[in-house]
Amino acid sequence: MRNLALKDEILLQIEKPARYIGGEVNAAMKDKGEIDIRFAMCFPDVYEIGMSHLGLQILYHMFNEREDTWCERVFSPWTDLDAIMRREKIPLFALESQEPVKNFDFLGITIQYEMCYTNILQILDLSQIPLYAKDRDESHPLVIGGGPCAFNPEPLAPFFDLFYIGEGEASYPAFLDTYARMKREGRSRMEFLEAAAQIPGIYVPAFYDAEYGADGALTSFAPNRPCAPDRVTRQVLTDFASAPYPDAPVVPNIKATQDRVTLEIQRGCIRGCRFCQAGMIYRPAREKDVELLKKQASDMLRNTGHEEISLNSLSSSDYSQLKELLDFLQEEFEGEAVNVSLPSLRIDAFSLQIMRRIQDVKKSSLTFAPEAGSQRLRDVINKGLTQESILEGAREAFLGGWRRVKLYFMLGLPSESEEDVKSIAHLAQKIAETYYDEVPKEQRSGKVQITVSTSYFVPKPFTPFQWAPMASVETYLERVAALREEMRLQENHKSMKYNWHEADVTILEGFLARGDRRAAKVIARAYELGAMYDAWSEHFHPELWTQAFADADMDIDFYTLRSREVSELLPWDFIDAGIKREFLEREWRRAQEGSVTPNCRQECSGCGAARHKGGVCVEGKN
Amino acid sequence: MKVRIKFSKRGPSRFLGHLDVMRYFQKAVRRAGIPVAFSAGFRPHMIMSFAAPLGLGIASDGEYFDMELSREMSSRELLCRLNEALNEGFQALSAKKTPEGKKHNAMAITAASGYRIRFPEEDRQRWEQMAGQMEAFLAQPAIPVEKKTKNGLKTADVKPGIYRFQAAQGEWDMLLAASSASYVKPRMVMDAFAEYLGTHFAPHDYAVHKMEVYANTGTEQSPVFVPLEDLGEDI
Repeated sequence: MRNLALKDEILLQIEKPARYIGGEVNAAMKDKGEIDIRFAMCFPDVYEIGMSHLGLQILYHMFNEREDTWCERVFSPWTDLDAIMRREKIPLFALESQEPVKNFDFLGITIQYEMCYTNILQILDLSQIPLYAKDRDESHPLVIGGGPCAFNPEPLAPFFDLFYIGEGEASYPAFLDTYARMKREGRSRMEFLEAAAQIPGIYVPAFYDAEYGADGALTSFAPNRPCAPDRVTRQVLTDFASAPYPDAPVVPNIKATQDRVTLEIQRGCIRGCRFCQAGMIYRPAREKDVELLKKQASDMLRNTGHEEISLNSLSSSDYSQLKELLDFLQEEFEGEAVNVSLPSLRIDAFSLQIMRRIQDVKKSSLTFAPEAGSQRLRDVINKGLTQESILEGAREAFLGGWRRVKLYFMLGLPSESEEDVKSIAHLAQKIAETYYDEVPKEQRSGKVQITVSTSYFVPKPFTPFQWAPMASVETYLERVAALREEMRLQENHKSMKYNWHEADVTILEGFLARGDRRAAKVIARAYELGAMYDAWSEHFHPELWTQAFADADMDIDFYTLRSREVSELLPWDFIDAGIKREFLEREWRRAQEGSVTPNCRQECSGCGAARHKGGVCVEGKN
Repeated sequence: MKVRIKFSKRGPSRFLGHLDVMRYFQKAVRRAGIPVAFSAGFRPHMIMSFAAPLGLGIASDGEYFDMELSREMSSRELLCRLNEALNEGFQALSAKKTPEGKKHNAMAITAASGYRIRFPEEDRQRWEQMAGQMEAFLAQPAIPVEKKTKNGLKTADVKPGIYRFQAAQGEWDMLLAASSASYVKPRMVMDAFAEYLGTHFAPHDYAVHKMEVYANTGTEQSPVFVPLEDLGEDI
């Protein structure tokens, strides 16, 4: 049996010690003497969160399929262990071998949300790896970042040696081959970085210089050596049939946030909502073959013993073979009590029929995401959902026995007026009325329950709203107050509940999402002051960040509240994300006019993703 | 048909808590393709119940759970399939058919647990010396121990729950009450013994290894302790 990095006496004094022992079912164990590349794959949050992430399992599986590579996992130590590791100078270790990360070839960090940035510094710090790439030498691992936040890597640029832009399945094989070869040849770290910069999708921040004008905006961003390309191209997987897929995912030791098999049924989305980064950067929308999905579902369930499978995608209702897949699962696992969960369904007659099969109507609630209260604003954000279809979905749901409804909205959207905000309350009222009008008294199992949740809109890179100013904290809080008040005025207000997101953490998210290289100073200072686990409300301390902005002499409003001209050079413009800038500009204009753009199945809008010759761009054309 | 599985838990898996061990075996049983029975209802669950929970960090060679099968499977096949599905630290040791009914559940019939206390070799002398005081310790009229309860600290006499406490083969051997009415943890006994000797044990001065779980087939006054697995028969 393996020796653990932490002594029993430490494991017995911390919360959930099973987070740190590894050795799970399906974890990859290899003989380190027989491999060339040791890769530590990190999700910079606690074990239960990181182990719920599909992307990590995909890359872990893909890397470990290589005979020359041993990929291990690393997660953020929780604050209790963090304190002990600092006190006793215990280096951060990977779960499988329990050996220090600092001795690995690579530390790969998946960057899924902005509020984990200080946790990235924690990982580096506890690993005893210098925080800044410029301070690392041949003895240190190469630190590489990836994931959606790598689409604007600039705020993190000084902390990483490399970034991988796009879908990991595409270019990592070439990347690792290059590393293995150069390691054998005894090449230096710099020689490898120069070679890596020429692999499609790889960005080496040190090879680029940024310049800023008197007004603070970026004026130039260019490579400083010939090996670095002017633009870094997002990598796209076009052939799912031959792509690696984790048929035996690691089974977490303790209950993960997503304690189930995750099956990705399609990648990308045809909808083109203008606020949604995922809907833009994962284009084209690509369906996976249903026969392939059947096999993957069976393999994963049998190899893990999970009792639940989640069919994941950005918009599951758009998957054309959904019914066939569900029928298969029901038949194949008859009598074995396997549950199916289907997030992100649009509420209509078809999906209600599906949901009745997979959930207990009396206990569950239905989720609608109109995102905006008025039709005008829904058109601005290109959420192709009308009030009629929402009410019709609600009617069907109520007649089907549901009486709990959750509604998700955003506040602070571009062009939003107080009237738009109030219409959220009016929509909730109409839904309540639908219940009392449509469901006969004797069939009601109680009062209708409507939960309205609002988040604080954050403009993201590579969306048509990347130029838009964020609403100020004051405006956002005023809108929250206006909505609360308006809801109180509704006839059925007693059936309604209202939750809203905290403003402090979201405005920071806005700063990090569209920050440039100078933002790194603020992150480093906030970490130095003690910021960590910012995504966890009980550990988020806004005052540390306020201090960090002051110490770094940076103005958050410049990044969050400023309206950017379309002509401005954006910090992430050097990335070719697959969609053309002209498309985003056009969509931004159409948003301002309130024009709806049809979805990819209705009509091609020429976003540029067609050059990948995959998915919806070629459907019915070959 | 109800079967009782005996298993061991060693090494890193000692740090999996009771609920996680239950989840672990639910998944293992599915991976093993064992025909386990499910409850009725919209969210059926496996009919499975565990004997007493094991403290975190303690190794054991005597853990048990019972499960209901929807069709018969031989002991041999059950063990084979289950061990195939288990990994590092877990091993299934026996699979026996047991009487039906809730009152025969492993949890319901558990009366005592056997433990071994192990010491680092370098401290051997100290421990052997102390062992000489065991008889006198047990001869006290009462052994009061402070227990944490919902209503704060309470003092309880654990003496009736110490069925055996002796040195054996360089280790200390304990048999302690483990029923719902009376439950004595090895650490309570060690702490009481330390206090009696006027000393103190740090938790890491010794390791606790659970050896077996017993049912009482005798009476309260003259108990007869039988390992849980012996109450079942091979299939």
